[in-house]
Amino acid sequence: MSTPLEHDYIGLAETSSMERSSEKISSSSSSSIPSNIEDKTTNNPSLNLKETELRLGLPGSESPERKLSLFGKDLETNDKSNGFVGSPLKNLVSGAKRGFSDAIDGSNGKWVFAINGKSDVELGKGAVLASPRGGLDSKTNPQQVRTSVPVMKEVVGVPQSPKPVQDKKNLVPPVNEHASAPAAKAQVVGWPPIRSFRKNSMASNLAKNSDEAAGCLYVKVSMDGAPYLRKVDLKTYNNYREFSSALEKMFSCFTIGQCGSNGDGLSESRLMDLLHGSEYVLTYEDKDGDWMLVGDVPWEMFTDSCRRLRIMKGSEAIGLGIPESILIAYSSKSHGEMQEPELMQKTWKKHRKLYSTTLYTYVCAFRYYSLMYLVEVREKRDCIRQIMALKTYPII
Amino acid sequence: MEPSELKRSKDSPNSDESTRRSSFPDEVLERVLSLLKTHRDRSSVSLVCKDWYNAERWSRTHVFIGNCYSVSPEIVARRFPKIRSVTLKGKPRFSDFNLVPENWGADIHAWLVVFAAKYPFLEELRLKRMAISDESLEFLAVSFPNFKALSLLSCDGFSTNGLAAIATHCKNLTELDIQENGIDDKGGSWLSCFPESFTSLEVLNFANLSSDINFDALERLVGRCKSMRVLKLNRSVSLEQLQRLLVNAPQLAELGTGSFSEELTFRQYVELESALSNCKNMHTLSGLWDAKGIYLPALYPVCTHLTFLNLSYAALRSDELAKLLAHCPRLKRLWVLDTVEDKGLEAVGLNCPLLEELRVFPADPFDEEIIHGVTEAGFVAVSFGCPRLHYVLYFCRQMTNAAVATIVQNCPDFTHFRLCIMNPGQPDYITNEPMDEAFGAVVKTCTKLQRLSVSGRLTDLTFEYIGRYAKNLETLSVAFAGSSDWGMQCVMGGCSKLRKLEIRDCPFGNAALLSGLEKYESMRSLWMSACNVTMNGCRLLAREMPRLNVEVMKEDGSDDSQADKVYVYRSIAGPRRDAPPSVLTL
Repeated sequence: MSTPLEHDYIGLAETSSMERSSEKISSSSSSSIPSNIEDKTTNNPSLNLKETELRLGLPGSESPERKLSLFGKDLETNDKSNGFVGSPLKNLVSGAKRGFSDAIDGSNGKWVFAINGKSDVELGKGAVLASPRGGLDSKTNPQQVRTSVPVMKEVVGVPQSPKPVQDKKNLVPPVNEHASAPAAKAQVVGWPPIRSFRKNSMASNLAKNSDEAAGCLYVKVSMDGAPYLRKVDLKTYNNYREFSSALEKMFSCFTIGQCGSNGDGLSESRLMDLLHGSEYVLTYEDKDGDWMLVGDVPWEMFTDSCRRLRIMKGSEAIGLGIPESILIAYSSKSHGEMQEPELMQKTWKKHRKLYSTTLYTYVCAFRYYSLMYLVEVREKRDCIRQIMALKTYPII
Repeated sequence: MEPSELKRSKDSPNSDESTRRSSFPDEVLERVLSLLKTHRDRSSVSLVCKDWYNAERWSRTHVFIGNCYSVSPEIVARRFPKIRSVTLKGKPRFSDFNLVPENWGADIHAWLVVFAAKYPFLEELRLKRMAISDESLEFLAVSFPNFKALSLLSCDGFSTNGLAAIATHCKNLTELDIQENGIDDKGGSWLSCFPESFTSLEVLNFANLSSDINFDALERLVGRCKSMRVLKLNRSVSLEQLQRLLVNAPQLAELGTGSFSEELTFRQYVELESALSNCKNMHTLSGLWDAKGIYLPALYPVCTHLTFLNLSYAALRSDELAKLLAHCPRLKRLWVLDTVEDKGLEAVGLNCPLLEELRVFPADPFDEEIIHGVTEAGFVAVSFGCPRLHYVLYFCRQMTNAAVATIVQNCPDFTHFRLCIMNPGQPDYITNEPMDEAFGAVVKTCTKLQRLSVSGRLTDLTFEYIGRYAKNLETLSVAFAGSSDWGMQCVMGGCSKLRKLEIRDCPFGNAALLSGLEKYESMRSLWMSACNVTMNGCRLLAREMPRLNVEVMKEDGSDDSQADKVYVYRSIAGPRRDAPPSVLTL
């Protein structure tokens, strides 16, 4: 059987084939296929992925499972359960009372396939196997990656290579009856059965439509663990406060963790809350396909660039590999409101020294995706924004 | 005259030659048989006796080869000396969904070489899922002076340079139909290669290509080809340009617009509407890329006589579709995106009583968070309003057994029922049961069913139903279904007319594979991928049935004993010699 293809459960992977390949190198909650990355890089030399890829791993480095255990075994089992069509759990379209595992019991269960070797040719041809927007994003991403190269040189001493994890993951048999809630979105090769031409056409269609500013600005809001997603019209709110209270009302049936206003350091209980995911983080996907933390930019800029929203569990954000020290530092600055960018900058400056090493080692290693943004130095603000996206950020 | 009547009037084949000649000259027989058009009739006729076989082969001008490896070009040329038109299909259907290795085969070139020698007067070539290179296209263009029609569907391996060669050299070209291919689009200059003296084009379809073409060249081409009846533009052609083309070609019967979304002034809009309303012969409309609701009313004059409307590239909302369909009473075929949702499909049911074919494609098939799209309610609504429906392709995210039962009760004449519940293995979302009863209802009620694609959570019971009731079934597509070998055994044992069976990701193993041992020679092909078939099973099959080609495609890094992808087909040409190393012929 072909090796399983797994994605980061954050669901970002499916938005871009480039991101998908970047996800693969991350090891926090996903596994990936090294050969696929290499194939992709050899086919797209301009993307310079290979350069970045080389810097990620140290030969003979420990597998990151050691790091994962920081956040409990949960992540490991989550990993193993990744890579399968996770939607039946989140998505109550099916209305199935039984979980995903039951749903595939009757079938072979061998759903997950790598995009096989020829996928790169497909990608080269512009045909997108799984992601509808892959074709587009591969055009936008080269920009980011090129600028990332110079800064990549600073990335030294990454303690883990994602590859050992990937190898281990490859051994995981594709049949898995215990996919849990935040399972990765695996793209099964050739399913649904739609011809490449149509897939590509619809991909560009979607991208076009989503860029249009209509009289209203509907964006989807999904919440981890919620059975359905909602749509909100961003134009009906004037600031973050109104917006977050509206969201709270909308998702009130699901617990949204309260952030205490004790700004002096993260209390033990708060940290535990974050770790166990009872608090939520509001993130959004912007025009470029990047996932950002809500609240970094002025409201108008946010409404202009926001494409969709996701309310993530704090533990998932933690699972992205934020060291506790950063959590503490940032949480301590939070007053339970969306912070202004300037405040963010100050916080960043203050803690930058402290976190420079750990940041590189933890953050970069865990999510290649974030890495690409981390090292984009063209705009310092962007850099800050992306790093902010990695920290847990309790909302009201 | 019916072949059967001829048979009765003919003497027995064993009577002596002179008597036969005087009662029924061969020339007459040939003349009569030349009136038979379908290849199935001709195949039946050729089996009657040797004389009829000969008469038929001398009179055949069109040959249809459903699997290019089932026969060799030499054999075809030997049997049919007077062929003018060839239809060839190559790769297994699942190659459309990237399940077949890239270099699997089905290269047209060997065929072209033989045709150039034996059929110098070849006029038409229609290829589906074949590999064609630019060199082959150029060879084609120069080798056949009478060449008229080229149709490429789902082919790959060529670029627009090959099209340029066709445009340059084929002086008598009437049809150039390029659909949904893996084409390397190097630019639109190929269109300018049609010489200024060239006027014979009747069918031009380049909707598949993305780059800009030289519009002036196109305008001139359309202007001088007065017999043009099919014109399908690509997305780069704007609304304004469309209007200019239509002014010169009101005789068009099929139109594929370009992009339908630019900003138009009021005057431009009026001109467009008037140009469209002049097209009195138009019965098919497609394209409509990025169509915006506000410009759709320009189509109303055309809609009144439309029989086929392809909106599968226009993400319309339900209200937009409803308004449009109110003007399309004669619609027989409709293709839409699921952005129209159930409400849009209700409008279909209300406005299009003559509808025979409906295809609903997913706009965003990989975004699993989307809740909208179409559901069972939309399908049911259509079935209530369109009793003549016999062809459906429906992509949805939820379905129930009860809904399907209702649907087939309303529309018992289904010949093609292709239901794709996009979540593999998803059960009835209300009762949580498998979708067995749904497809059971389909096969029990729709006795004319020829093609079936199943999806959702299915146990062996579905296949028991299929085997027991689907006696006219010819094509079956199965994915993520079944519980054991018994399922496939039921199908192999029960569906006597089965010709094409394609299976992926099902728990069918060697016992299932071998249960169809005697059946495969009467089928065109069998595809099984990601099932439980082993190499030994395949070897056994190959050994027992020497007239079958059993091909196994291995994935990298898979278990040696597993046969990842198996493709079995009958062939009188023996094992093929052009297989790449990843494909093993046993």
